[in-house]
Order: sequence, then C-alpha cells, then structure tokens
Amino acid sequence: MSKPVLSVRGLTVEFPTRRGLLTAVEDITFDIMPGEVLGVVGESGAGKSMTGAAIIGLIDPPGRIARGEIWLGEKRIDNLAPDEMRKIRGRRIGMIFQDPLTSLNPLYRISRQLIETIRTHLPLSESDARKRAVKLLDDVGIPDAARRIDDYPHQFSGGMRQRVVIALALCADPEVVIADEPTTALDVSVQAQIIDVMKEICAERGAAIMLVTHDMGVIAETADRVAVMYAGRLAELGPVASVIKDAKHPYSQGLMGAIPKLGENLDRLVHIPGSMPRLNAIPQGCAFNPRCPKVFDKCRIHRPAASEIEPGRRAACWLYPEVT
Amino acid sequence: MLAFIIRRLAQSVLVMLFVALIAFVVFRYVGDPIASMVGVETRLEDQAIMRDRLGLNDPVIWQFLRFIGNAMQGEFGISYRLQQPVTELILSRLPATLELAFASATIAMVFGLTLGVFTALKPKSFLTGFVMAVSLIGVSLPTFLIGIGLIYIFAVELGWFPSFGRGETVQIGAWRTGLLTESGLRSLVLPAITLSLFQLTLIMRLVRAEMLEVLRTEYIRFARARGLSQRAIHFGHALKNTLVPVITITGLQLGSVIAFAIVTETVFQWPGVGSLFIVSVQVVDVPVMAAYLMFIALVFVLINLIVDILYYVVDPRLRVDAGSGK
Repeated sequence: MSKPVLSVRGLTVEFPTRRGLLTAVEDITFDIMPGEVLGVVGESGAGKSMTGAAIIGLIDPPGRIARGEIWLGEKRIDNLAPDEMRKIRGRRIGMIFQDPLTSLNPLYRISRQLIETIRTHLPLSESDARKRAVKLLDDVGIPDAARRIDDYPHQFSGGMRQRVVIALALCADPEVVIADEPTTALDVSVQAQIIDVMKEICAERGAAIMLVTHDMGVIAETADRVAVMYAGRLAELGPVASVIKDAKHPYSQGLMGAIPKLGENLDRLVHIPGSMPRLNAIPQGCAFNPRCPKVFDKCRIHRPAASEIEPGRRAACWLYPEVT
Repeated sequence: MLAFIIRRLAQSVLVMLFVALIAFVVFRYVGDPIASMVGVETRLEDQAIMRDRLGLNDPVIWQFLRFIGNAMQGEFGISYRLQQPVTELILSRLPATLELAFASATIAMVFGLTLGVFTALKPKSFLTGFVMAVSLIGVSLPTFLIGIGLIYIFAVELGWFPSFGRGETVQIGAWRTGLLTESGLRSLVLPAITLSLFQLTLIMRLVRAEMLEVLRTEYIRFARARGLSQRAIHFGHALKNTLVPVITITGLQLGSVIAFAIVTETVFQWPGVGSLFIVSVQVVDVPVMAAYLMFIALVFVLINLIVDILYYVVDPRLRVDAGSGK
C-alpha cells in the first residue's frame, strides 16, 4: 500500500477565551491517500472547517493547534515557521473556499490574480504564467478562456467564479486540495457541475481532495471514504458505500437515516432529536450521549476513542467491544 | 464613462445654482447695499438714483439672473471695505490658502495612510497603542488650541519657526508663492501641521478601520491560502480595497481643509482667503462674503466630481457598461 499524502495524527485545536479553553477539534486522526477523495461530513460547528484550516495553517487567532501532528508526505507541517508554511500553501496544499462571490478580490482582473499566484510558486515568466492560466481556465470549463481571463470577478456568474477559484487553488499543482463547502453557496443546478469539474481536474493531476461538506448526497457521489464528525470529534470513518449502507456509530446511523429515499412514502422527514452541544457545553463521556438512542451508563462517563472495529473502518462508540 | 461624467456635471450645476441663490440672497438682502456704499451725508435723491442705476429696483428674478451672469464671468462686485473688485481680491489671496491647504493635505494623506496601515497591520505593537492614544488627542483638540500650542513650543520657546505670516514670497505670473524661499517654507511648517492634524488623525483612523475590515474578508483569506507573500497580500490586495472608501473621505476633507483654513489662517495671521473672509464678516463686507460662499461651493463641487471619477477608475464594479459578459 502506498504512503498517505496527508496524515493527521491526534489533531486538537483550542481557542483560549475569557471563559476558559474551548476545544473546537479534539483528537482527530485520519490519512488521505494520493488521489483519494476523503469526504468530511457533519453539522455546522462540528469542526470540519476548523480541521481544514488547521491543515493549511490558517486558524484565526487566538485559536491554535494544541496537540497532534500533521504530516504532508515526509514533512511535518504543523510546526513550520510562517514563511515556510506559506510556501506550502498553494504549492502543495490548495484550498477552495465556500463562497465564490467573496473569495476573489473584486478590484483585480482574474488574470492578475492567477498570474500572481502562479509566479509566487513557479519560476515562470509573465507570459508563460499567462499561458498556464489560460490553460487552467480552459480545463475548469470556462468558455473562451483566452478572452475572459482579463475580466473582473463581477463579470462572472457564481458557478463560473467557483471555477475560477478552483483554477486558482490548483494553479501550482498541489498534492492535496481542501475544498471547504465548495458548492454550498451555489445554485443547486450548478453544484453537480462544480463537483464534477473539481473531481475531474484533481484526478487528472493526481491531487487528493479533502471535501468538507454537510451534504451527504455530495459525499455519496464523490468521495471514496467518509469521515463523520460530531462536536469536534471523529465519530466514524470508513469507505463511503459501507458507511452509508451500514453505519456503525449511532450518530452516523441517524445521519444516514435522515436522508430521504426515493420511492419511500414518508409523511415526515426523519431527524435526530436534540441538537449538537455548544463547544463550551460538551457533556462528559461521549459527546453524543444525550441524543443517542442506544445510550448506556458507560457513555455518560468515559469517552470512546475512534478505534478500528473492522478493517478500514473506525468508530468511536462503546457499542463495539474493540473500542477503547 | 462620458454619460456618467455628464450626469455628474449636471448635478454639479444644479448645486451651484442653489448656492448662487443663497449667495444672492445674502448679497442683496443682508443690510442695504446702498447704505453700505455711501456715506451718511449722501442725499436721499442721490441714493435713489444710485439704487436705480445699480438695478436694485428691477424684479428679483431679473436681479438674480444678472447676479448669475456676472458670477459666471467672475464678477462679484466691489468690496465695500477695500474698494477693489472682489474677484481680484480673492484671487490675490488664493495662492496663500491653496499652498497651505495642499501642504497640510499632503501631510495628512502621507502620514495618515502610513500610520493607518501600520496600526492595522501591527495591532498589538506598543507603537500602535501610542499612536492611537495620541490620535485621540488629535481628533478632540480644537485647531486653534493646537495652533497656539505649536506657536508656544516651536516659535516662542524653541524659536525654530516663525509664529505668523507667510515669510518672503516670490511672484510667478499671477501666482505669489512662498514655496521658493527659505523663510516662506519655514513659515509654512507650523500652520500646515496645525491644519493637517485633524485630517491626519481622521484619515489614519479611517484607514485603520477599513484595513482591519478588509483583512478579515474571504478574498484575503483565500489569498493567504494560495501562499501569496505578506507583502503582496497587505499592499497588493488589502490596501487597494481599503482605498476605495478612503478616497471619498479624503477628497471631502481636502475641501474642508480649504474651506475651514479660516481658523488656522487667523491664528497664524496667514494672508489667505480665510482671513480675508473673517475680516469681511467683521465689517459686513457683503460682496466678499457672497463671493467666498460661491468659491467654497465651487471647491466642494469640483472635489466631489473628481472623487466620483476616481471611484470609477479604482473600482471596476462601477464600470458596468464597459466590459463583456454579465
């Protein structure tokens, strides 16, 4: 088996606040293989985006990585000096943001933003960088790229802008792309196109994707494996098909059960009772225990770690004897 | 672009007409022009003849139109006090005011921008705390107090700069400048600083607030995520976006620097339009007051126009008609 391109080990992100320490992400461990698409799913505030921000080294202060390690290939990157981390951002890890309407600087032509990024990372001349930029725009499916490259962001539609954002994230051929809710802000009609473009262009370049979303549908169609997060912790991790068909953690079971299926005649949509605890009010033991239909005494006292319960599958739930 | 400028010009003309109306009312109805012009011993018949000859018995509309017609030719009548054409009087004082205004606007912009950017980029530095505290003094102290304070320290105690006047000046064509002699430049220092301090702190605080705002935006985060250098992010991406709103305020402030140089000119006995205006108010020299009103309005309208056009140049989103696609 090949080596993971990105490896996150016991990552914990903390925010010191006036009322004490908030743990936004706690003890997250996962690998991403070269060319793989890892979906990260969970409710808002589950720590998905924070995990992405931690990997690329852009946690807003006063947040910080308190424990854990992040390895990019053979290089540990969570403790790099700001200037060295800067050289990795964009070059080896690309990032796609949620809202294409606000991710582009409105005052500059996209040609300038592309060429600037390309020349920051690659030793190309202005005209070579421009050729590369046009090629990229063409690859992400912008018609008439050679002409449109000199337009301003506001002259593109939302879907087209997100294509530009993808081109920007990929312009120095990164090994991993972190896509943080890349389609959430878009019209439903163009979401599928954007996911396809992203997946295709990453596959061509052999880039792995960490796809952060709360949309199980997108994960089901796109990802190879899925990580389910709850209250800053990893609840379950496994191949997409088996997690959807046979979820192990009661939270993921609830999540999968909440997806309406075609042909089923439902009077009401299924939901998980209650809501995710706030970061300053995470209960003792398993964070999910107040909402869990299968809760028992141990869950209220001891915290389960995400452990391997089957080959290739991990879950953090005391229902399984392998969990520690 | 052309349609935009024409529309703006039309608006400017409207504003100027309205100000002209006010100036005309002041000119015509504040006191009796005849009484101001003639001595007590002039006979009433002579006054009536004069009134008639000056057209003061004509219909008001007619008088107003004539006032505008004259104003467009730069004709505002004769100063009661100095018996000189008002336009000539203002033009002779204008270079002093403009030099003072531009010197202090330059100081305000250069230091305001630099300090604003610095305090935004280094919010935790000791220097930032210091500058912010001092800037509070800058906004809250009245100009005349700052002027007097500066005179006391740098003119009276230290004797580095003269405390009043414009120093030696040189006539270049119609322009009498103090920028070419040493004493002229030295005389400019204290008034320019005094006049600039308020604008400086204002611009600085504005730039800082805008810059902090911009640094939190998604496109700056995205620029960081692409690994651009700090320099490119701060000065390439953030600064330009900061400047869009700053241009407006700075432009309007330039207008007020010219208009409200009055206080500074009075404190430093600066022979500019402002001190001319103050003296004219004291002796109710109505033609000068009316002309000054028109002049200041013109300055503001022109600056507004320039600011609008600059906006248009800086922000591509306003250029909707140009460019392709949607």
